[in-house]
Amino acid sequence: MTEKTVFSQQQRMQTHPVDAQPVPVQADEMFQAPFTHYQLSAAYDEMFAAPNQPHSHYTQLYERFHELSMEELERRQLAAERSFLHQGITFTVYNDNRGTERIFPYDLLPRIIPGNEWETIEQGLTQRITAINLFLHDIYHDGLILKDKVVPADLVYSCKHYRPEMKGLDVPKDIYVTVVGTDLIRLPNGEFAVLEDNLRVPSGVSYMLANRRVMKRVFPNVFVNYGVRSIDHYSRTLLASLRMLAADRVEEPTVVLLTPGIYNSAYFEHTFLAREMGIPLVEGRDLVTHNNFVYMRTTSGLKRVDVVYRRIDDDFIDPKVFRADSILGVPGLFEAYRRGNVAVANALGNGVADDKAVYAYGPDIIKYYLNEDAILQNVETYLPDDPKQLSYVIENLDKLVVKAVGESGGYGMLIGPHSTKAEQEEFRTRVIANPRNYIAQPTITLSNTPCFVDGQLEPRHVDLRPFILYGDKINIVPGGLTRVALRRGSLVVNSSQGGGSKDTWVLNS
Amino acid sequence: MGAQFIETTMHTPVMLSRVADSLYWMSRYLERAKHTARLLNVHFDLMLDQPHGTAEQYRQYLLASLQLPSDYDKTQDDYSLTRWMALDPDNSNSVRACIGVARENARQVREQISSEMWEQMNQIFLFVEQVNIDAMWESTPQEFFQNVKTSIHLFQGLADSTMVHGQGWHFIQAGRFMERSIATAALMDVFFCPEHHLAQSTIDDLQVPKYLLWLGLLRSCTAFEAYCKIYTVELEPRSILEFLGLNAEFPHAINFSVQAMRRALQGIADTTQSERSERAYRRASRLHADLQYAQVDEIATNDLHAYFTGIQRQCTGIHDAIYQSYITYPIVADPSVN
Repeated sequence: MTEKTVFSQQQRMQTHPVDAQPVPVQADEMFQAPFTHYQLSAAYDEMFAAPNQPHSHYTQLYERFHELSMEELERRQLAAERSFLHQGITFTVYNDNRGTERIFPYDLLPRIIPGNEWETIEQGLTQRITAINLFLHDIYHDGLILKDKVVPADLVYSCKHYRPEMKGLDVPKDIYVTVVGTDLIRLPNGEFAVLEDNLRVPSGVSYMLANRRVMKRVFPNVFVNYGVRSIDHYSRTLLASLRMLAADRVEEPTVVLLTPGIYNSAYFEHTFLAREMGIPLVEGRDLVTHNNFVYMRTTSGLKRVDVVYRRIDDDFIDPKVFRADSILGVPGLFEAYRRGNVAVANALGNGVADDKAVYAYGPDIIKYYLNEDAILQNVETYLPDDPKQLSYVIENLDKLVVKAVGESGGYGMLIGPHSTKAEQEEFRTRVIANPRNYIAQPTITLSNTPCFVDGQLEPRHVDLRPFILYGDKINIVPGGLTRVALRRGSLVVNSSQGGGSKDTWVLNS
Repeated sequence: MGAQFIETTMHTPVMLSRVADSLYWMSRYLERAKHTARLLNVHFDLMLDQPHGTAEQYRQYLLASLQLPSDYDKTQDDYSLTRWMALDPDNSNSVRACIGVARENARQVREQISSEMWEQMNQIFLFVEQVNIDAMWESTPQEFFQNVKTSIHLFQGLADSTMVHGQGWHFIQAGRFMERSIATAALMDVFFCPEHHLAQSTIDDLQVPKYLLWLGLLRSCTAFEAYCKIYTVELEPRSILEFLGLNAEFPHAINFSVQAMRRALQGIADTTQSERSERAYRRASRLHADLQYAQVDEIATNDLHAYFTGIQRQCTGIHDAIYQSYITYPIVADPSVN
């Protein structure tokens, strides 16, 4: 690995302290009600340019909120929460002995993205996903990018999610990434940057859709005339993207959604999407293979399945090929897939491209396949696998965020400035023992947006996960899941770590 | 018989066997919870103005109807009986446990039932989860049981009015009326043939007025008012047997329930169009014909206990046929399919 690829080709970003002190303000610059408890900090603020001065796309909302009392806000917040509870819009938390289902905390105030900013995001993501798809095809076929030493071959082959079984396998329509959720953050200077891609089984889209519906129910008059772009077509677009993966000889393909079952944290989403698309929600035990075709067991007999939208990880999908102890998967599915008798979305082996160490090469991958500069920047990333970078990481654990490369959901992570000496010591040992398994990034202050917490409006950090569908072309519904770190000062937005979400509005202009 | 491989288009809805199984059991467990709630509610209500001795003896009927042993220490008084049958998580037949299982089944087929049904199911579940025995006892247990019954009725009404009356709905109907047929037959067996269910000593010195027993039975089937409209308020065992057993128009009568089950199975057979389909439907039709053409005098003069257990056995046979036809059929490789 050359240092050049990691350090010089990416834009350097300034590192910011996490809990930056609020910018001191004059008495006449105090926020007016209902924002009396609000304050600005070094983080970019989604709503305010200065105290009492919202960005222009927030003006109308700001004025609306002035007309509402705190009691009224409280009332609507409760109405929204009740609506989620009664609809059973919940997710499952592991290691929680209070029972496994929880409501995904919802915040009343929408996060607003103006049309021109969205256009940049859309172009940037389209470029990025196009390149990643080409990268996956290359990795599992000729490996040109490795031969040209743009991305180190060692890095790819040592990746936990690299699947040698996929080598030489032609996936339907050459599409590996039918559904992607890419996490974007807003830097202190207001620019968006990519934090990570989720290319395996990204989740969260149901909350994006449910948030919008609840928002419409609870705050109908705020919507009027705001020019919010609709996201209703997501399910139709997803189904169309899945159907086009079926073999051309199949006229009316049968598409199913494969779920691990009710104990999976995203089970609500699986049922939601299956119902929205009108396709069967199946578990592994509902599917059987026969003569290398896949069938589902129905009350009328066995029915052929043409496309499987799987929400099960690679490891568990077929005990004959991957983990033999999996009882969630379908024995023989991979062989049917290999022979082209069934399409599987997303393709297997995608994890190699969302590996956090491979992420560091994102701009190089885009340059290599498209000969373009990345529109959305990466976050500066240190790879301890390189001895020089290792020593930097080890010496700066108190300032860096360290992540395990193969993990997601906010697990296996050290946030330096928020950690204890003991935690840093533990990570030091772990990183030295297995440097390939970790990356480090500067601690970046995510942007702030007002949230309704304990009866008042306070700043909280947010990120944005737009959902990208790769069908006849790349389609991105205008919006995404805005995740909120509900604990004051926290930078962790994952739902499994106490995060919440809010409705995300992309405006026409 | 092996599995058939079917050719259908997107527009011919097919149903996963697992989904059918969940809908069927969701419905059975709700009906079971409602039945238990009703039995307890009737008991508390009837005994309010009865002397202590009578109430204690009627209790023997209640315990037998709930299929509980009479010397069980968890059910020695009304408080512990209520706790055991309404809320105890260790009792798989308690109202709370039944509703928990029903919801778990509903959760597995959430995309198959309407949002209205799912929301109502959640509300029943949340209501029963938050109740504690002392609060319930304080406010009167009748209120709790009444709430359970009403909310389950609402769920069933929503199923009828918001769901396509296709295969899924037929499985819900089949489950509901299967449970009701078996429960009513078992309940009638207790009241008509107490010698098979109660300790001999209890029967010998039974002080419960007869009319109270028959009233209890009718009300446990929500049948008292309907009965009076046909037979007046004279509570005659022969008439009650005829009404609860053979009436074709009263929804809790066995004949009506079996007929509804038969219709559901016919609906399933029509939509699945599989050669295995006929089995369950044919069995239900046979039982229905027996009930439809039976004469009450003929039944009354024969062994009633054998009659009621026979009905329950035939229902179990229909249940098995449903499983063999639609849910657990074996997969045998068919050489004609590639």
